[in-house]
Amino acid sequence: MEKISTLTGPIVPLERSNVDTDQIIPAVFLKRVTKTGYDDALFHSWRQDPAFVLNQEPYRHGGILVVGNDFGTGSSREHAVWALRDFGITAVLGPRFGEIFRGNAGKQGLLVGKITEEATEALWAVARANPGEPVTVDLEARTATAAGVSHPFEIDDYTRWRLLEGLDDIALTLRDEAAISAFEAKRPSWMPTTQDRTPQARTQGAS
Amino acid sequence: MGKTLAEKVWDDHVVVKGEDGAPDLIYIDLHLVHEVTSPQAFDGLRQAGRGLRRTDLTVATEDHNTPTLDIDKPIQDPTSRKQIETLRQNAAEFGVRIHSLGDKEQGIVHLVGPQLGLTLPGVTVVCGDSHTSTHGAFGAMAFGIGTSEVEHVMATQTLPLKPFKTMAINVEGELRPGVTAKDIILAVIAKIGTGGGAGYVFEYRGSAIRSLSIEGRMTICNMSIEAGARAGMVAPDETTFAYVKDKPHAPKGADWDAALEYWKTLPTDDDAVFDAEIFIDASELEPFVTWGTNPGQGVSLSGEVPAPESFDDPTDRAAAERALEYMDLKPGTRLKDIAVDTVFIGSCTNSRMEDLTAAAEIIRGRKKADGVRVLVVPGSARVRLEAEAAGLDKVFTDFGAEWRFAGCSMCLGMNPDQLAPGERCASTSNRNFEGRQGKGGRTHLVSPLVAAATAIRGTLSSPWDLEAAEAELVKDGVA
Ligand code: SF4
Repeated sequence: MEKISTLTGPIVPLERSNVDTDQIIPAVFLKRVTKTGYDDALFHSWRQDPAFVLNQEPYRHGGILVVGNDFGTGSSREHAVWALRDFGITAVLGPRFGEIFRGNAGKQGLLVGKITEEATEALWAVARANPGEPVTVDLEARTATAAGVSHPFEIDDYTRWRLLEGLDDIALTLRDEAAISAFEAKRPSWMPTTQDRTPQARTQGAS
Repeated sequence: MGKTLAEKVWDDHVVVKGEDGAPDLIYIDLHLVHEVTSPQAFDGLRQAGRGLRRTDLTVATEDHNTPTLDIDKPIQDPTSRKQIETLRQNAAEFGVRIHSLGDKEQGIVHLVGPQLGLTLPGVTVVCGDSHTSTHGAFGAMAFGIGTSEVEHVMATQTLPLKPFKTMAINVEGELRPGVTAKDIILAVIAKIGTGGGAGYVFEYRGSAIRSLSIEGRMTICNMSIEAGARAGMVAPDETTFAYVKDKPHAPKGADWDAALEYWKTLPTDDDAVFDAEIFIDASELEPFVTWGTNPGQGVSLSGEVPAPESFDDPTDRAAAERALEYMDLKPGTRLKDIAVDTVFIGSCTNSRMEDLTAAAEIIRGRKKADGVRVLVVPGSARVRLEAEAAGLDKVFTDFGAEWRFAGCSMCLGMNPDQLAPGERCASTSNRNFEGRQGKGGRTHLVSPLVAAATAIRGTLSSPWDLEAAEAELVKDGVA
């Protein structure tokens, strides 16, 4: 996972509320076997409409998504985060989010910041007046700045720290690598092994 | 104060103790892998340039998607084929032992661990499948996990896990003939509800549990998750040790002696305290069946379909209304009057030798009811071979049942074994959710004995009904 400190990109205005994860990515895409390549799946049914915002320039390559209330509610699928990321969305700003979605996003390195409804309206207005106008998200300062106006956003300290450090769950655990190895060295030899039960095979497996 | 079984196993696996409510980092002794929840985990490792830490603690099999007919032909469904091919490639690339279709050890992932002797008392087991709780029957602590946790275990052989609460499920007394482990667990879920176990690890205790075989205990632990529990466990005892000993991967020699000494320390201490307890009188239990669309919506088979108004809780009432509509059932209908189209004997709940033997004993020498499709799907290739060696396949096919190859099959209908819309099924599996066995299909969860009796009569029935019917015939001088 990459470290994040500031992100800059066009404001992508998704002027809708109650966008659940089924709308972000429909269930049919859950059958795939990869963790990337979901850009075509993002908002799949809405994308059938040529007038949909993500089908328009300058939004076709992503940016910073600004959404209405209750984005990412519903099913816990992690694919919703993958699809946003693969499309080129680097951060999502909005007034209220589904809890599981927000948790999944933090773990996968997608910045999700809570802004006020007024700030949401203000950013949408900037994009309407000047499509493609960039917004800069400063994770250190917890601000989103567009057209000279700074809006504070909320993100919990723990998630912010992880994003700043670029630590996914696995990297976080691997900080305890020494403790894991020490634990392994003490495991009794009767423990399960999927290899043959010969002393040689046992040590080979542990690498 | 003493410790419970679950606390002992947990404490012996803490790698790093979490401070201030942070999760503990827990070591995982055995990781079981199948084709549905692993592909993105392997892909994640690849993207991050990480390896799989302990291939010697990992084993893969193919089960959810596998066909149960023509297993030597290419798989028809492109998604199923792709998932299985991907698992094979990943296993080869990362060096994971795999039991593929056609291999003697292939089968439902929760049969593979126990039959190989990899599932042992006192170990931690995880798998990207919610019914991993099955392995708790050995006194192991076994959790179902999601795909990102699968990747986490592959990379680190550990998981950060929040502490849990403990609940004792005390089942005392003797089961009547015809009543099985499946009836116990269906009664437990009906009693505490599908969310009643949330946050808990169950320990099944009491004389009724002690006198169950390991396979019966697996049936019970398997469905812990249907009560919302994180895991379910039974303390290891002589029955456990006898079952494990001499399995292909069981510890041998000095290892066995050391293991045995440790295992005997695992049962819950007399002065340990559970966070919650419930009590069930085994001698009062009857064959049980579900009438609704979650595993908690069940009653004794001698009963009736309940009226939604009989539920005090408005959520339960609404759920019952919706369930009855989906199941196309009227309140007050006698369960024994409900006719089925299909009987499914299989799934990780009830597809082991003991289950198949029990069902075969009931149907031996009889014919299935007209118009009923009977599907018998052994849980693993090894079970299939053992059953064939015992002649059970012949008993089933003479009866008019279909004898299939191993896999999850109609438990979730990811392969071609599905219910048609509106079809009704008596199933030995664990979930009666809407559409679980096929779009629009209607599921009644039952024991293998009830499944067998139902296949004979065509309506939901228990072995008791067969005896009663025969007594009638004798009285009338027909037989
Ligand atoms: S048999 Fe059913 S419950 Fe068991 S692992 Fe397979 S799909 Fe899951």
